[in-house]
Amino acid sequence: MRKAHEEFIDGYEGKLPLKMINEVKANIPDDITKETLEKIMEQIVSRYNESKVHAGEAIGIITSQSIGEPGTQMTLDTFHFAGVSEMNVTVGLPRIIEIFDARKTISTPLMEVFLKPQYNKPEAVKKVALHLKETKIEETVAEIAINILDQTLTIQLKKNILEGLEMKPSDVSALIKAKVKKLNVKTEGDTIIVTYEGKPEEVKEIYLIKEKIKNIRLRGVKGIRQVLPVKRGEEYVILTAGTNLKDVLEQEEVDAKRTTTNDIYEIREVLGIEAARQAVLNEVDKVIEAQGLNINVRHIMLVADMMCGNGEVKGITRYGVIGEKASVLARASFETPIKHIIDASLIGERDELNSVIENVLINQTVPLGTGLPGLVVKVKGEAKDGKE
Amino acid sequence: MVTEIYLNNKFLGVVDNGKAFAEDFRESRRKGTLDPSVNVCYDKDNEEIHIESTEGRAQRPLLVLKDGKILLEEKHLKQLEEGKISWKDLVKQGIVEFLDALEEENALVAYSEKEITPKHTHLEISPSALCGIVTSLVPFANFNQPPRLIIGSKNQKQSLGFYAGNYPIRLDMDISLLHYPQVPIVRTKVHDLIHLEQHPAGQNVVLAIMSYDGYTIEDALVINRSSLDRGLYRSTYFRPVETEELRYSGGLVDEICIPDKDVKGYRTEHEYRLLEEDGIIFPEAKAAEGDVVIGKTSPPRFLSSLDEYNLSAGSRRESATSLSHGEQGVADLVIVTENEEGNRLVRVRLREEMVPELGDKFTSRHGQKGVVGLVVPQADMPFSASGVVPDIIFSPHGIPSRMTISHLLEMIGGKVAAMNGRIVEGTIFEGEPEEKLRQELLSLGFREDGTEEFYHGRTGKKMEARIFVGHMHFLRLKYLAANKLHSRARGPVQLLTRQPTEGKAKEGGLRLGEMEKDTFIAHGAALLLKERFDSDKTLVCICERCGLPAVEDRYKNRKYCPVCGEGIEVNYIEVSYAFKLLLDELKSLGISPSIKLKSKY
Repeated sequence: MRKAHEEFIDGYEGKLPLKMINEVKANIPDDITKETLEKIMEQIVSRYNESKVHAGEAIGIITSQSIGEPGTQMTLDTFHFAGVSEMNVTVGLPRIIEIFDARKTISTPLMEVFLKPQYNKPEAVKKVALHLKETKIEETVAEIAINILDQTLTIQLKKNILEGLEMKPSDVSALIKAKVKKLNVKTEGDTIIVTYEGKPEEVKEIYLIKEKIKNIRLRGVKGIRQVLPVKRGEEYVILTAGTNLKDVLEQEEVDAKRTTTNDIYEIREVLGIEAARQAVLNEVDKVIEAQGLNINVRHIMLVADMMCGNGEVKGITRYGVIGEKASVLARASFETPIKHIIDASLIGERDELNSVIENVLINQTVPLGTGLPGLVVKVKGEAKDGKE
Repeated sequence: MVTEIYLNNKFLGVVDNGKAFAEDFRESRRKGTLDPSVNVCYDKDNEEIHIESTEGRAQRPLLVLKDGKILLEEKHLKQLEEGKISWKDLVKQGIVEFLDALEEENALVAYSEKEITPKHTHLEISPSALCGIVTSLVPFANFNQPPRLIIGSKNQKQSLGFYAGNYPIRLDMDISLLHYPQVPIVRTKVHDLIHLEQHPAGQNVVLAIMSYDGYTIEDALVINRSSLDRGLYRSTYFRPVETEELRYSGGLVDEICIPDKDVKGYRTEHEYRLLEEDGIIFPEAKAAEGDVVIGKTSPPRFLSSLDEYNLSAGSRRESATSLSHGEQGVADLVIVTENEEGNRLVRVRLREEMVPELGDKFTSRHGQKGVVGLVVPQADMPFSASGVVPDIIFSPHGIPSRMTISHLLEMIGGKVAAMNGRIVEGTIFEGEPEEKLRQELLSLGFREDGTEEFYHGRTGKKMEARIFVGHMHFLRLKYLAANKLHSRARGPVQLLTRQPTEGKAKEGGLRLGEMEKDTFIAHGAALLLKERFDSDKTLVCICERCGLPAVEDRYKNRKYCPVCGEGIEVNYIEVSYAFKLLLDELKSLGISPSIKLKSKY
């Protein structure tokens, strides 16, 4: 591209956002004449100005209507994965409500684990999936016998399950030794014999140890209850029930750039607020897509911005976004009016009546649309009473 | 393992063999030792037996099978026909028994004789016993989606008809009576069983499935005006007017009479003109809106103890019952009686003829309801090659999505019935086969698919498409547009909030609700929104010093603040009365809602 063109386009800084200027630079052909470029830039500027939201446009109400109307057509069912127990997904309206309320514990936590290219083979995927799934010793045990007199536990392992996990009984005993202190662990074929080192303080101690051993994690990532490798196009993706973003991302085989969870709070903790905002967009978009609806992304962006505006994920609830409204009347007209009025009166709160609801309430023009502009009279000279 | 026995959910005791006990129990019920209304259920999973004898359980009759054999024999049927035995005898002999929802869990019911295996315990009396009484009235119901049958039977319950033969002396009010009701020509067995021919509802009309300009949009119907003029679907509506002579403390009573001119709230002489000496309208008097039907005076309200000695005070109040906005009718029946409290009670039944009009509701028996969208003179109605003009035009868009095949079958069946002068059988699962009806139609000289060549009513041009026409039993429903019509520009307001009242009876407004408010905001129509919501606007003067509402005494021409006293500066603001009320309520809670005013510009 000719330097003169680039400089000319740079002249539009301030009139157009930087991102747009760069885009124009990248797409303008080199052999363009100055006149054509001028015309193009004029067009871009006028289109850009046209597509800006007008002052006094009620974007909040329009957003809520734009989401609310298609929302009436959403299903209330949950979707079940055929054949896999525990793998169902909340979709439709319940999921939308869950996202916008910013629930801390969501009803069906799920992860989509992408793998690095070199692991994208059927056997490798299966292996990775197996390594992700949380397996406790309990699941590999056929029987645990307690001998109270000798204070010993005899653990009979299921060999076939252990083989499936590619582990040996000695691995299990090593784990037990590492996780629970003061134990003598012996391995004899498929059985592990655990005895207490020294004298136990109480007889029931051996029961507690048994429970502890049962809950030791043999393999996998904490919280990943189910795994389901799925072929998506050319690629294998592992879907999981239960989520643990931080630990899964640390796995060597996992492609950390694309792996996600549907738990927005977890994304906020692990990847930060901007990622959480994007997660809100993605999750809402997923639902809308699945229901075959069409909602402009700008509406959802507005909601996501409201939810993530101050660095924390807040829901559209009386504890979240609405609880932070400046106006007492606006808060009181949403939910729990008594609480808000009492709290406001205790500290002598002042309502500036700057927003919509409170002005509807007292029957004044709302500061929106035609209610926004006022007349300003420029008085020439001094007024009679000497004031300006 | 023992089985626990519960009688009406109360623990009774235990038995060793639950299954055998339940069998024994049933056997003794079939022998007549136990009442047929008692049901027993053996719950194998929980080892429990539940015996139910309470009221309010729905039961249904089934034929009893023993080792895969029906107990009902040929001889029983013969005896039934001869009238030697009755249904009750069959129950007593254990040939038929009633099961409730619980005992059905232990039963395996065969739908037809062919299905019976040794495992079956009962046989359905008839497949049509599957439906309730009203649902059984839908012809060819087995061709429909079940939800449509439910909707269809709900609609039928609202239909106008000949509900009772002694209606002239009955006191039913707010009810309609259809003129010239007809028996359907396509009907089910149940129709005869419940003697519906004695209480017919609806009429058989010629129905064409086609559109008529835009007037069939959203299930609207187009009706032939000439048919209406000939009396189609006319009905009489009976409107109740009643009042009672209440007794008040102090021995004061209401009096039903023509009010004296000196009572408080006397209307005009004209409005009392229909009353006879006893204060009640005379039969066959034509009352219009505003006319008094029953005159009445009441003792004065708020009678203080001092007033009792005051002869001049306490003139009586007028409390007559008159026809409110949009009501009219002819006094049909006047009844003077006493109610449970021994008060004199007067009821007047007004009659009004209701000719079908725009907005009245009609339905077929298949859940295909619609509202009259246009009344067209016969001259403008489409007509068939043979000159038949439909009574009603029904929108074709109502058919595909609702899949009411029975609606179409009834039209073919109705055509056959009308042309052949016979009744077409349409009982569920047992109706006349479609093929047979089509062949019969063909033999009558019609196209076998029921369509006919039609001509446009106004241009006379032949229509490109053939129109599906047939006869059908159509019902008029009790929702009449005349009883719903209502409008308001100005009118009464509520005492507390000064907002318009709600509902037709109180001449109320139509609420512009929260979602409607949002649409104004979304359009940015702020000033229009303010105007729409100013039905309760008031001027409130605010004390400059404390910000609480002040008092303006126009009589004495002074302004003062209940808090700050005299000599204050006040400013007027225009707010909704509801907001002023909110301020007052806050004050009563001990919260001081002070308002600081500043200039807007």
